[in-house]
Amino acid sequence: MKLQQLSLFLENRPGRLGAPLESIAAAGINLMTLSLADTAQFGILRLIVREWELARQVLEHAGWVVNLTEVVAVDVLDRPGGLAEALKVLESAGLNIEYLYAFSLRRGDKAILIFRFDDPDQAIVVLKAAGLHVVDAEELFSHIAVGEGAAEAMNANEGE
Amino acid sequence: MPSPGFAIENPVFDPAETLPRAELEALQLERLRALVERVAQVPFYRDYFTLHDINRRSIRCLDDLRRLPFTTKDDLRRHQPLGFLAVPRKAVARIHGSSGTTGRPTFVAYTAQDLKTWSGLCARFLVAGGLKPEHTVQIAFGYGLFTGGFGLHYGVERVGAAVIPAASGNTRRQLDIIHDLAPEVLICTPSYALTIADGARELGMDPRSLPLRFGHFGGEPWTEDMRREIEEQLDIVAFNNYGLSEIMGPGVSGECAARNGMHLQEDHFLVECLDPQTLEPVAEGEPGELVITTLTREAVPMVRYRTRDIARLYREPCPCGRTGIRMGRIAGRSDDMLIIRGVNVFPSQIEEALLRVEGTTPHYLIEVDRPGTLDQVTVKVEIRPELFSDRMDRMQALRERIAREIHTVAGIRAEVDLVEPRRIERFAGKAKRVLDRRSLSDGN
Repeated sequence: MKLQQLSLFLENRPGRLGAPLESIAAAGINLMTLSLADTAQFGILRLIVREWELARQVLEHAGWVVNLTEVVAVDVLDRPGGLAEALKVLESAGLNIEYLYAFSLRRGDKAILIFRFDDPDQAIVVLKAAGLHVVDAEELFSHIAVGEGAAEAMNANEGE
Repeated sequence: MPSPGFAIENPVFDPAETLPRAELEALQLERLRALVERVAQVPFYRDYFTLHDINRRSIRCLDDLRRLPFTTKDDLRRHQPLGFLAVPRKAVARIHGSSGTTGRPTFVAYTAQDLKTWSGLCARFLVAGGLKPEHTVQIAFGYGLFTGGFGLHYGVERVGAAVIPAASGNTRRQLDIIHDLAPEVLICTPSYALTIADGARELGMDPRSLPLRFGHFGGEPWTEDMRREIEEQLDIVAFNNYGLSEIMGPGVSGECAARNGMHLQEDHFLVECLDPQTLEPVAEGEPGELVITTLTREAVPMVRYRTRDIARLYREPCPCGRTGIRMGRIAGRSDDMLIIRGVNVFPSQIEEALLRVEGTTPHYLIEVDRPGTLDQVTVKVEIRPELFSDRMDRMQALRERIAREIHTVAGIRAEVDLVEPRRIERFAGKAKRVLDRRSLSDGN
């Protein structure tokens, strides 16, 4: 049920974001979504790709420090209060969310969110018990047309 | 400190090592007075003494040492060869030279008595570190102008143990000798001990199965981490010793079985620990430059020789019963010292702080700027997989932890900059650890 997320360490200076993305693009790997957390000094780039093992190899070979984390994808209704409902479930179960980011594409009337929990397994149990739909890798990637995710993610990133 | 793998016995080679402090200091004073008389043979000192009206009566207590001039490596170079000789040339029995990293070697001479003193001082720390007459010792130090090989060689013989003068290099042959002759003791530089362990593994041997039981290492600065590496890889107990050719060679100080600092052979060397900037004594236990006066050396006596080596001195009594004060590891060279907002900082202190944070060494760079009127230090540390987290709070905590360790060890507030791998320039030889940009901006 869990997804593998790749994280990269980046210095916060011009041009640093493009380099790792070019490396995985050159390997023919599609970027499903990404999120960037940054300080004035450095940033952490988090990526979701289907071929994460290959992407990890490519990035490590290119000299990046890469970290692998398990995250959970949940789809929520794409309407006001959709996310708030999911958060309420997690909150009442006392689950701590380290961070979350939205997938850049919709699935029907649903939006997909990526959650990073301390304890992803327990989070999955809680989410399911509350009737929320946890999206596993197979389902996620089978619904996404090749190339679509990467293109949208890149567009979304330009706004930063 | 890990305890040695064998029972700690406490043999003392020379009763002088355990002289009560009062007797030791009386002996030092007597020898210092005699030294002032002897060095008056050397033009460098004679001129100073004449100018400042100094003679043996000027020395009333050990503190009067501070009336005497310093001697630097540059002074020795200017008076080469043998301009500091205090005995007739015919009294010279041997000449060694310091490894000349800058040009020609600096020669140092020994009388027959000096050689006897020297082997005795080496024997002292070898015995303090477990050497017995029935042992066999492999010496993998260079034999030549360098003082390490011959110094330790005669020290081992003085103890009555067997010497294998294997000399340095040819790791394969070193291993063959260790295998065939089964020496219990290895003497070399700490880095060569690790090379021997590597060499054994390359030959498909388990370095821990070698017959070696302990080693005496010196000739270059090393760390406690390196000691653990050596002990673990070779399954031996590793002892540290210190010396420098300008003073004599190995034998200035060495560890006892407590391995809690190196006992200075104070009946032969008067040691000061000074702030390299002010040349005033540092506070008790603080790191400072070791300044050494030879009390008994005949051929080339040295008055207040500035070693440039930075170490701490410990005066608390040692359980082994030796009364000589102990010195910590060489923590750096005074030439490398930075003054940050008036605080003396050695790059080795930054390294020590980084060592406390798993995975931060070996690649770092200390940048010093003065954007306004205040010095600003930035320590750049390359990120490594074991340090990296996808969580921002963990990364910020890592930066804060490094900054805290630097503050604890070096007493300065530094900005910690995490950088991508391979962003810090690599050097083939000695790594460049400091980029001081202050002089460019204000001519300071």
